[in-house]
Amino acid sequence: MASVNAAVQWNHVTFSVNGKTILQDINGTFLEGKITTLVGPSGAGKSTLFKLCNGLASADSGDILVAGKEIDSYAPVELRRMVGFAMQDATMVDGTVYENLAMPLTLQGKELTEDKANELLKLVGLPATISDQSTKDLSGGQRQKLSIARTLVNRPSILLLDEITSSLDRVSQQDVEALIVRINKQYGTTIVWITHNLQQARTIGDYTWVMINGQLVEAGESFLLDQPENDEVRLFVKGDNS
Amino acid sequence: MSYLSLAITLIFVIIPLVLSRTLNLGLEKDTLIATVRSIIQLLAVGYVLQLVFESEHLFYILLMIILMIAAATQNARKKGVQIKGITWKLVLTFITVEVLTQGILLGLSITPTTAQYIIPISGMVIGNSMVLSILFLNRFISEVETKSKETELILSLGGTPKQAVHKQLITSIQASTIPTIESQKTIGLVQLPGMMSGQIIAGADPLQAVLFQLLILFLLLTTAVVTSIMLGYLSYPTLFNERMQFLKLEKSKK
Repeated sequence: MASVNAAVQWNHVTFSVNGKTILQDINGTFLEGKITTLVGPSGAGKSTLFKLCNGLASADSGDILVAGKEIDSYAPVELRRMVGFAMQDATMVDGTVYENLAMPLTLQGKELTEDKANELLKLVGLPATISDQSTKDLSGGQRQKLSIARTLVNRPSILLLDEITSSLDRVSQQDVEALIVRINKQYGTTIVWITHNLQQARTIGDYTWVMINGQLVEAGESFLLDQPENDEVRLFVKGDNS
Repeated sequence: MSYLSLAITLIFVIIPLVLSRTLNLGLEKDTLIATVRSIIQLLAVGYVLQLVFESEHLFYILLMIILMIAAATQNARKKGVQIKGITWKLVLTFITVEVLTQGILLGLSITPTTAQYIIPISGMVIGNSMVLSILFLNRFISEVETKSKETELILSLGGTPKQAVHKQLITSIQASTIPTIESQKTIGLVQLPGMMSGQIIAGADPLQAVLFQLLILFLLLTTAVVTSIMLGYLSYPTLFNERMQFLKLEKSKK
Protein backbone atom coordinates (compact mmCIF):
# COMPACT_ATOMS: atom_id res chain seq x y z
CA MET A 1 0.00 0.00 0.00
CA ALA A 2 1.46 3.38 -0.94
CA SER A 3 1.88 5.82 1.91
CA VAL A 4 1.30 8.86 -0.31
CA ASN A 5 -2.44 8.57 0.04
CA ALA A 6 -2.58 7.10 3.49
CA ALA A 7 -5.47 8.48 5.53
CA VAL A 8 -4.06 6.78 8.62
CA GLN A 9 -0.70 5.11 8.88
CA TRP A 10 0.25 2.84 11.76
CA ASN A 11 3.94 2.29 12.55
CA HIS A 12 4.77 -0.25 15.27
CA VAL A 13 1.85 0.83 17.44
CA THR A 14 1.50 -0.83 20.82
CA PHE A 15 -1.15 -0.22 23.46
CA SER A 16 -1.77 -1.80 26.84
CA VAL A 17 -4.11 -1.32 29.79
CA ASN A 18 -2.94 -2.12 33.32
CA GLY A 19 -0.06 -4.16 31.97
CA LYS A 20 -2.25 -6.18 29.59
CA THR A 21 -1.28 -5.81 25.94
CA ILE A 22 -4.29 -4.88 23.81
CA LEU A 23 -2.50 -3.93 20.60
CA GLN A 24 0.87 -5.27 19.58
CA ASP A 25 3.14 -3.82 16.92
CA ILE A 26 0.43 -2.68 14.52
CA ASN A 27 1.80 -1.71 11.10
CA GLY A 28 -0.43 -0.79 8.22
CA THR A 29 -2.41 1.82 6.34
CA PHE A 30 -6.01 2.89 5.92
CA LEU A 31 -6.04 4.21 2.36
CA GLU A 32 -7.61 7.57 1.63
CA GLY A 33 -11.05 7.47 0.03
CA LYS A 34 -11.33 3.68 0.40
CA ILE A 35 -13.46 1.41 2.56
CA THR A 36 -11.40 -0.82 4.83
CA THR A 37 -13.09 -3.46 6.94
CA LEU A 38 -11.66 -4.70 10.22
CA VAL A 39 -12.54 -8.28 11.08
CA GLY A 40 -11.45 -10.64 13.79
CA PRO A 41 -12.71 -12.38 16.89
CA SER A 42 -13.99 -10.43 19.91
CA GLY A 43 -11.20 -9.04 22.04
CA ALA A 44 -8.83 -8.70 19.08
CA GLY A 45 -8.35 -4.98 19.79
CA LYS A 46 -10.41 -3.62 16.87
CA SER A 47 -12.41 -1.08 18.90
CA THR A 48 -9.26 0.00 20.73
CA LEU A 49 -7.67 0.74 17.37
CA PHE A 50 -10.56 3.13 16.69
CA LYS A 51 -10.16 4.82 20.06
CA LEU A 52 -6.50 5.50 19.27
CA CYS A 53 -7.43 6.82 15.85
CA ASN A 54 -10.10 9.19 17.24
CA GLY A 55 -7.77 10.31 20.02
CA LEU A 56 -9.81 8.86 22.89
CA ALA A 57 -6.68 6.95 23.91
CA SER A 58 -2.97 7.27 23.13
CA ALA A 59 -0.54 4.58 22.03
CA ASP A 60 2.17 3.44 24.45
CA SER A 61 4.71 3.34 21.63
CA GLY A 62 4.87 3.66 17.85
CA ASP A 63 3.54 6.36 15.54
CA ILE A 64 0.11 7.04 14.14
CA LEU A 65 0.05 9.44 11.22
CA VAL A 66 -3.30 10.99 10.28
CA ALA A 67 -3.31 12.65 6.85
CA GLY A 68 0.48 12.46 6.97
CA LYS A 69 0.85 14.25 10.30
CA GLU A 70 1.72 12.82 13.70
CA ILE A 71 -1.55 12.27 15.57
CA ASP A 72 -0.40 14.22 18.64
CA SER A 73 0.32 17.27 16.50
CA TYR A 74 -3.45 17.79 16.16
CA ALA A 75 -5.38 19.45 18.95
CA PRO A 76 -7.69 16.74 20.39
CA VAL A 77 -10.87 18.56 19.35
CA GLU A 78 -9.56 19.15 15.80
CA LEU A 79 -8.57 15.47 15.44
CA ARG A 80 -11.96 14.21 16.66
CA ARG A 81 -13.83 16.42 14.21
CA MET A 82 -11.65 15.18 11.40
CA VAL A 83 -11.87 11.49 12.38
CA GLY A 84 -15.55 10.71 13.02
CA PHE A 85 -16.35 7.75 15.25
CA ALA A 86 -19.74 6.00 15.34
CA MET A 87 -19.68 3.79 18.41
CA GLN A 88 -20.87 0.22 18.60
CA ASP A 89 -24.08 0.72 20.58
CA ALA A 90 -25.04 4.07 18.99
CA THR A 91 -24.98 5.85 22.35
CA MET A 92 -27.45 8.74 22.53
CA VAL A 93 -27.83 11.49 25.09
CA ASP A 94 -31.30 12.06 26.55
CA GLY A 95 -33.26 14.26 24.19
CA THR A 96 -34.76 14.42 20.73
CA VAL A 97 -33.43 13.16 17.43
CA TYR A 98 -32.64 16.77 16.43
CA GLU A 99 -30.78 17.48 19.68
CA ASN A 100 -28.61 14.42 19.15
CA LEU A 101 -28.06 15.16 15.49
CA ALA A 102 -27.12 18.77 16.17
CA MET A 103 -24.77 17.89 19.05
CA PRO A 104 -21.46 18.23 17.16
CA LEU A 105 -22.42 21.81 16.23
CA THR A 106 -24.04 22.62 19.59
CA LEU A 107 -20.72 21.69 21.21
CA GLN A 108 -19.11 24.42 19.08
CA GLY A 109 -21.81 26.95 19.98
CA LYS A 110 -23.28 26.70 16.48
CA GLU A 111 -26.72 25.75 15.26
CA LEU A 112 -27.72 23.04 12.83
CA THR A 113 -30.31 24.45 10.42
CA GLU A 114 -33.53 22.57 9.86
CA ASP A 115 -32.70 22.15 6.17
CA LYS A 116 -29.29 20.68 6.95
CA ALA A 117 -30.81 18.39 9.59
CA ASN A 118 -33.42 17.14 7.12
CA GLU A 119 -30.76 16.65 4.45
CA LEU A 120 -28.67 14.49 6.79
CA LEU A 121 -31.68 12.49 7.95
CA LYS A 122 -32.59 11.90 4.31
CA LEU A 123 -29.05 10.83 3.49
CA VAL A 124 -29.12 8.12 6.12
CA GLY A 125 -32.66 7.08 5.19
CA LEU A 126 -34.56 8.52 8.16
CA PRO A 127 -37.77 10.55 7.69
CA ALA A 128 -37.58 14.24 8.66
CA THR A 129 -40.75 13.74 10.71
CA ILE A 130 -38.84 11.96 13.49
CA SER A 131 -36.80 15.08 14.22
CA ASP A 132 -38.80 15.97 17.35
CA GLN A 133 -39.11 12.40 18.54
CA SER A 134 -37.26 11.20 21.65
CA THR A 135 -34.29 8.97 20.81
CA LYS A 136 -35.70 6.49 23.33
CA ASP A 137 -38.48 5.70 20.86
CA LEU A 138 -36.12 4.77 18.01
CA SER A 139 -35.50 1.23 16.82
CA GLY A 140 -31.96 -0.23 16.79
CA GLY A 141 -31.61 0.45 13.07
CA GLN A 142 -32.84 4.03 13.39
CA ARG A 143 -30.40 4.70 16.23
CA GLN A 144 -27.49 3.40 14.16
CA LYS A 145 -28.49 5.55 11.20
CA LEU A 146 -28.85 8.59 13.47
CA SER A 147 -25.46 7.85 15.00
CA ILE A 148 -23.86 7.85 11.54
CA ALA A 149 -25.70 11.04 10.54
CA ARG A 150 -24.53 12.74 13.76
CA THR A 151 -20.93 11.78 13.03
CA LEU A 152 -21.27 13.28 9.54
CA VAL A 153 -22.26 16.70 10.94
CA ASN A 154 -18.56 17.44 11.57
CA ARG A 155 -17.83 16.53 7.91
CA PRO A 156 -15.06 14.09 8.88
CA SER A 157 -12.57 13.05 6.23
CA ILE A 158 -12.22 9.69 7.97
CA LEU A 159 -15.19 7.77 9.34
CA LEU A 160 -14.81 4.94 11.86
CA LEU A 161 -17.81 2.64 12.20
CA ASP A 162 -17.76 0.15 15.06
CA GLU A 163 -20.01 -2.89 14.48
CA ILE A 164 -22.88 -0.69 13.51
CA THR A 165 -24.89 -3.46 11.87
CA SER A 166 -24.35 -6.27 14.38
CA SER A 167 -27.73 -5.89 16.12
CA LEU A 168 -29.76 -5.13 13.00
CA ASP A 169 -32.09 -7.30 10.97
CA ARG A 170 -31.09 -8.15 7.40
CA VAL A 171 -33.12 -5.35 5.78
CA SER A 172 -31.66 -2.69 8.09
CA GLN A 173 -28.19 -4.17 7.53
CA GLN A 174 -28.59 -3.78 3.77
CA ASP A 175 -29.78 -0.18 4.26
CA VAL A 176 -26.70 0.65 6.31
CA GLU A 177 -24.39 -1.15 3.85
CA ALA A 178 -25.82 0.94 1.01
CA LEU A 179 -25.43 4.05 3.16
CA ILE A 180 -21.74 3.36 3.79
CA VAL A 181 -21.08 2.98 0.08
CA ARG A 182 -23.11 6.15 -0.61
CA ILE A 183 -21.15 8.23 1.93
CA ASN A 184 -17.89 6.92 0.53
CA LYS A 185 -18.85 7.75 -3.07
CA GLN A 186 -20.67 11.03 -2.38
CA TYR A 187 -18.13 12.65 -0.03
CA GLY A 188 -14.97 10.65 -0.82
CA THR A 189 -14.81 9.84 2.89
CA THR A 190 -12.27 7.25 4.02
CA ILE A 191 -14.28 4.61 5.86
CA VAL A 192 -13.01 2.01 8.28
CA TRP A 193 -15.62 -0.42 9.40
CA ILE A 194 -15.50 -3.10 12.09
CA THR A 195 -17.82 -5.97 11.27
CA HIS A 196 -18.30 -9.53 12.39
CA ASN A 197 -19.99 -10.35 9.12
CA LEU A 198 -17.31 -11.53 6.69
CA GLN A 199 -19.74 -11.40 3.79
CA GLN A 200 -20.09 -7.64 4.41
CA ALA A 201 -16.29 -7.35 4.44
CA ARG A 202 -16.11 -9.15 1.09
CA THR A 203 -18.86 -7.17 -0.65
CA ILE A 204 -18.48 -3.69 0.84
CA GLY A 205 -14.81 -3.38 1.75
CA ASP A 206 -12.07 -2.46 -0.72
CA TYR A 207 -9.51 -3.67 1.79
CA THR A 208 -9.63 -5.88 4.84
CA TRP A 209 -7.57 -6.12 8.01
CA VAL A 210 -7.77 -9.32 10.01
CA MET A 211 -6.89 -8.82 13.67
CA ILE A 212 -6.37 -11.61 16.18
CA ASN A 213 -5.18 -11.21 19.78
CA GLY A 214 -4.12 -7.60 19.38
CA GLN A 215 -2.11 -8.24 16.24
CA LEU A 216 -2.73 -7.41 12.61
CA VAL A 217 -2.21 -10.88 11.14
CA GLU A 218 -3.24 -10.27 7.54
CA ALA A 219 -4.17 -7.23 5.47
CA GLY A 220 -4.92 -6.71 1.82
CA GLU A 221 -7.72 -6.50 -0.71
CA SER A 222 -10.91 -8.00 0.64
CA PHE A 223 -10.65 -11.17 -1.44
CA LEU A 224 -7.91 -12.24 0.96
CA LEU A 225 -10.74 -13.66 3.04
CA ASP A 226 -11.34 -16.21 0.27
CA GLN A 227 -7.72 -17.36 0.19
CA PRO A 228 -6.06 -16.48 3.50
CA GLU A 229 -2.32 -17.08 3.73
CA ASN A 230 -2.19 -17.12 7.50
CA ASP A 231 -3.27 -20.28 9.35
CA GLU A 232 -5.01 -18.34 12.15
CA VAL A 233 -6.96 -16.34 9.59
CA ARG A 234 -7.91 -19.52 7.76
CA LEU A 235 -9.26 -20.95 11.00
CA PHE A 236 -11.09 -17.72 11.76
CA VAL A 237 -12.69 -17.56 8.31
CA LYS A 238 -13.65 -21.21 8.49
CA GLY A 239 -15.39 -20.64 11.82
CA ASP A 240 -17.50 -17.80 10.43
CA ASN A 241 -21.03 -18.72 9.51
CA SER A 242 -22.00 -15.64 7.53
CA MET B 1 -27.79 20.61 83.80
CA SER B 2 -25.77 18.63 86.34
CA TYR B 3 -23.64 15.53 85.64
CA LEU B 4 -26.18 13.55 87.72
CA SER B 5 -29.03 14.62 85.41
CA LEU B 6 -26.89 13.66 82.42
CA ALA B 7 -26.22 10.25 83.97
CA ILE B 8 -29.98 9.71 84.33
CA THR B 9 -30.45 10.52 80.63
CA LEU B 10 -28.42 7.41 79.84
CA ILE B 11 -31.84 5.72 80.10
CA PHE B 12 -32.24 6.94 76.52
CA VAL B 13 -29.23 4.82 75.57
CA ILE B 14 -30.39 1.79 77.54
CA ILE B 15 -33.77 1.71 75.73
CA PRO B 16 -32.27 1.09 72.25
CA LEU B 17 -29.73 -1.35 73.73
CA VAL B 18 -32.46 -3.45 75.32
CA LEU B 19 -34.60 -3.33 72.19
CA SER B 20 -31.66 -4.28 70.01
CA ARG B 21 -30.74 -7.22 72.24
CA THR B 22 -34.35 -8.42 72.49
CA LEU B 23 -35.04 -8.22 68.77
CA ASN B 24 -31.54 -9.34 67.70
CA LEU B 25 -30.95 -6.14 65.73
CA GLY B 26 -27.19 -6.29 66.30
CA LEU B 27 -26.97 -2.56 67.05
CA GLU B 28 -25.53 -2.89 70.58
CA LYS B 29 -21.85 -2.50 69.68
CA ASP B 30 -22.37 0.54 67.43
CA THR B 31 -24.74 2.15 69.95
CA LEU B 32 -22.19 1.77 72.74
CA ILE B 33 -19.33 3.06 70.59
CA ALA B 34 -21.45 6.03 69.47
CA THR B 35 -22.41 6.82 73.07
CA VAL B 36 -18.89 6.64 74.45
CA ARG B 37 -17.46 8.62 71.51
CA SER B 38 -20.09 11.36 71.79
CA ILE B 39 -19.49 11.71 75.54
CA ILE B 40 -15.72 11.92 75.17
CA GLN B 41 -15.73 14.14 72.06
CA LEU B 42 -18.32 16.63 73.31
CA LEU B 43 -16.84 16.89 76.80
CA ALA B 44 -13.41 17.44 75.29
CA VAL B 45 -14.84 20.10 72.97
CA GLY B 46 -16.60 21.68 75.95
CA TYR B 47 -13.36 22.02 77.88
CA VAL B 48 -11.48 23.25 74.84
CA LEU B 49 -14.20 25.84 74.10
CA GLN B 50 -14.09 27.01 77.71
CA LEU B 51 -10.35 27.53 77.35
CA VAL B 52 -10.68 29.32 74.01
CA PHE B 53 -13.55 31.56 75.17
CA GLU B 54 -11.66 32.56 78.30
CA SER B 55 -8.44 33.38 76.46
CA GLU B 56 -10.18 35.12 73.49
CA HIS B 57 -6.89 34.74 71.66
CA LEU B 58 -7.01 34.72 67.84
CA PHE B 59 -4.47 31.89 67.76
CA TYR B 60 -6.80 29.52 69.61
CA ILE B 61 -9.74 30.48 67.40
CA LEU B 62 -7.69 29.76 64.28
CA LEU B 63 -6.45 26.51 65.76
CA MET B 64 -10.03 25.40 66.41
CA ILE B 65 -11.04 26.22 62.84
CA ILE B 66 -8.00 24.35 61.46
CA LEU B 67 -8.94 21.31 63.55
CA MET B 68 -12.52 21.47 62.28
CA ILE B 69 -11.31 21.63 58.66
CA ALA B 70 -8.89 18.76 59.24
CA ALA B 71 -11.59 16.56 60.79
CA ALA B 72 -14.11 17.43 58.06
CA THR B 73 -11.53 16.68 55.34
CA GLN B 74 -10.58 13.37 56.92
CA ASN B 75 -14.23 12.35 57.02
CA ALA B 76 -15.26 13.52 53.54
CA ARG B 77 -12.20 12.33 51.63
CA LYS B 78 -13.21 8.68 52.09
CA LYS B 79 -16.08 9.28 49.67
CA GLY B 80 -13.84 10.74 46.98
CA VAL B 81 -10.67 8.66 47.04
CA GLN B 82 -11.24 7.86 43.36
CA ILE B 83 -10.72 11.52 42.50
CA LYS B 84 -7.08 12.55 42.33
CA GLY B 85 -6.03 15.12 44.92
CA ILE B 86 -9.37 15.04 46.70
CA THR B 87 -7.78 15.99 50.05
CA TRP B 88 -6.50 19.39 48.99
CA LYS B 89 -9.65 20.02 46.96
CA LEU B 90 -11.74 19.52 50.09
CA VAL B 91 -9.39 21.66 52.20
CA LEU B 92 -9.58 24.46 49.64
CA THR B 93 -13.38 24.21 49.52
CA PHE B 94 -13.75 24.31 53.32
CA ILE B 95 -11.35 27.26 53.62
CA THR B 96 -13.23 29.13 50.89
CA VAL B 97 -16.68 28.72 52.48
CA GLU B 98 -15.27 29.59 55.91
CA VAL B 99 -13.48 32.73 54.65
CA LEU B 100 -16.50 33.75 52.56
CA THR B 101 -19.07 33.36 55.33
CA GLN B 102 -16.99 34.73 58.20
CA GLY B 103 -15.73 37.49 55.91
CA ILE B 104 -19.28 38.67 55.31
CA LEU B 105 -20.45 38.19 58.92
CA LEU B 106 -17.46 39.87 60.52
CA GLY B 107 -16.75 42.32 57.69
CA LEU B 108 -20.26 43.75 57.81
CA SER B 109 -20.33 43.55 61.62
CA ILE B 110 -23.32 41.20 61.56
CA THR B 111 -21.80 39.12 64.35
CA PRO B 112 -19.23 40.20 66.94
CA THR B 113 -15.58 39.19 66.50
CA THR B 114 -15.56 36.89 69.49
CA ALA B 115 -14.83 33.20 69.87
CA GLN B 116 -18.36 32.70 71.22
CA TYR B 117 -19.76 33.55 67.77
CA ILE B 118 -16.96 32.62 65.40
CA ILE B 119 -16.44 29.04 66.59
CA PRO B 120 -20.04 27.74 66.70
CA ILE B 121 -20.86 29.39 63.36
CA SER B 122 -17.67 28.01 61.80
CA GLY B 123 -18.63 24.58 63.13
CA MET B 124 -22.02 24.79 61.46
CA VAL B 125 -20.58 26.09 58.19
CA ILE B 126 -17.74 23.55 57.96
CA GLY B 127 -19.96 20.70 59.19
CA ASN B 128 -22.60 21.52 56.61
CA SER B 129 -19.97 21.88 53.93
CA MET B 130 -18.62 18.44 54.87
CA VAL B 131 -22.06 16.80 54.55
CA LEU B 132 -22.60 18.57 51.22
CA SER B 133 -19.20 17.37 49.99
CA ILE B 134 -20.09 13.78 50.85
CA LEU B 135 -23.47 14.07 49.13
CA PHE B 136 -21.88 15.68 46.08
CA LEU B 137 -19.00 13.19 45.78
CA ASN B 138 -21.29 10.19 46.18
CA ARG B 139 -23.57 11.39 43.41
CA PHE B 140 -20.86 12.72 41.11
CA ILE B 141 -18.83 9.50 41.17
CA SER B 142 -21.95 7.44 40.51
CA GLU B 143 -23.00 9.76 37.63
CA VAL B 144 -19.53 9.63 36.07
CA GLU B 145 -19.46 5.84 36.28
CA THR B 146 -22.94 5.24 34.90
CA LYS B 147 -22.63 7.84 32.12
CA SER B 148 -19.12 6.99 30.92
CA LYS B 149 -20.42 6.13 27.43
CA GLU B 150 -22.09 9.54 27.06
CA THR B 151 -18.87 11.19 28.24
CA GLU B 152 -16.81 9.37 25.59
CA LEU B 153 -19.46 10.08 22.97
CA ILE B 154 -19.26 13.84 23.54
CA LEU B 155 -15.46 13.74 23.51
CA SER B 156 -15.47 11.67 20.32
CA LEU B 157 -17.64 14.30 18.61
CA GLY B 158 -15.19 17.06 19.47
CA GLY B 159 -16.54 18.18 22.82
CA THR B 160 -14.32 19.46 25.63
CA PRO B 161 -13.98 17.65 28.99
CA LYS B 162 -16.23 20.26 30.60
CA GLN B 163 -18.93 19.67 27.97
CA ALA B 164 -18.50 15.91 28.36
CA VAL B 165 -19.32 15.93 32.09
CA HIS B 166 -21.50 19.04 32.22
CA LYS B 167 -24.73 17.11 32.69
CA GLN B 168 -23.26 14.86 35.38
CA LEU B 169 -21.87 17.92 37.16
CA ILE B 170 -25.17 19.82 37.12
CA THR B 171 -27.17 16.75 38.23
CA SER B 172 -24.77 16.19 41.15
CA ILE B 173 -24.78 19.84 42.22
CA GLN B 174 -28.58 19.88 42.15
CA ALA B 175 -28.92 16.54 43.97
CA SER B 176 -26.57 17.57 46.76
CA THR B 177 -28.03 21.06 47.35
CA ILE B 178 -31.72 20.21 47.04
CA PRO B 179 -31.98 18.66 50.56
CA THR B 180 -30.71 21.93 52.11
CA ILE B 181 -33.18 24.02 50.10
CA GLU B 182 -36.08 21.62 50.69
CA SER B 183 -35.47 21.36 54.43
CA GLN B 184 -35.64 25.16 54.66
CA LYS B 185 -39.10 25.14 53.11
CA THR B 186 -40.58 23.17 56.02
CA ILE B 187 -38.37 24.49 58.79
CA GLY B 188 -40.33 25.42 61.90
CA LEU B 189 -43.38 23.51 60.65
CA VAL B 190 -42.07 20.02 61.28
CA GLN B 191 -39.23 20.54 63.72
CA LEU B 192 -37.48 23.40 65.40
CA PRO B 193 -33.87 23.72 64.35
CA GLY B 194 -31.41 22.40 66.96
CA MET B 195 -29.53 25.62 67.46
CA MET B 196 -32.72 27.65 67.95
CA SER B 197 -34.11 25.05 70.35
CA GLY B 198 -30.85 25.15 72.30
CA GLN B 199 -30.99 28.95 72.60
CA ILE B 200 -34.63 28.84 73.75
CA ILE B 201 -33.88 26.15 76.33
CA ALA B 202 -30.93 28.22 77.55
CA GLY B 203 -33.42 31.07 78.19
CA ALA B 204 -32.98 33.29 75.12
CA ASP B 205 -35.86 35.40 73.75
CA PRO B 206 -37.57 33.11 71.13
CA LEU B 207 -37.74 35.92 68.55
CA GLN B 208 -34.01 36.65 68.93
CA ALA B 209 -33.38 32.90 68.58
CA VAL B 210 -35.46 32.89 65.39
CA LEU B 211 -33.56 35.84 63.90
CA PHE B 212 -30.27 34.14 64.63
CA GLN B 213 -31.52 30.87 63.21
CA LEU B 214 -32.54 32.66 60.00
CA LEU B 215 -29.04 34.07 59.71
CA ILE B 216 -27.65 30.55 60.00
CA LEU B 217 -30.11 29.20 57.43
CA PHE B 218 -29.12 31.82 54.88
CA LEU B 219 -25.49 31.08 55.63
CA LEU B 220 -26.02 27.40 55.04
CA LEU B 221 -27.63 28.10 51.65
CA THR B 222 -24.46 29.81 50.50
CA THR B 223 -22.35 27.08 52.05
CA ALA B 224 -24.30 24.36 50.27
CA VAL B 225 -24.22 25.91 46.82
CA VAL B 226 -20.61 27.15 47.01
CA THR B 227 -19.37 23.78 48.33
CA SER B 228 -20.99 21.73 45.57
CA ILE B 229 -20.03 24.06 42.75
CA MET B 230 -16.47 24.52 43.91
CA LEU B 231 -15.85 20.85 44.58
CA GLY B 232 -17.43 19.97 41.23
CA TYR B 233 -15.30 22.38 39.24
CA LEU B 234 -12.15 21.33 41.10
CA SER B 235 -12.91 17.62 40.61
CA TYR B 236 -13.98 17.19 37.01
CA PRO B 237 -10.63 18.12 35.34
CA THR B 238 -8.92 15.22 37.14
CA LEU B 239 -11.14 12.82 35.17
CA PHE B 240 -9.27 13.75 31.97
CA ASN B 241 -5.65 13.96 30.83
CA GLU B 242 -3.99 16.69 28.79
CA ARG B 243 -5.06 14.97 25.53
CA MET B 244 -8.70 15.34 26.68
CA GLN B 245 -8.98 11.60 27.20
CA PHE B 246 -11.43 10.28 29.76
CA LEU B 247 -9.66 8.42 32.55
CA LYS B 248 -11.85 5.73 34.01
CA LEU B 249 -12.29 6.01 37.78
CA GLU B 250 -10.46 3.41 39.79
CA LYS B 251 -12.71 0.99 41.63
CA SER B 252 -13.08 2.21 45.21
CA LYS B 253 -11.30 0.11 47.78
CA LYS B 254 -13.96 -0.47 50.37
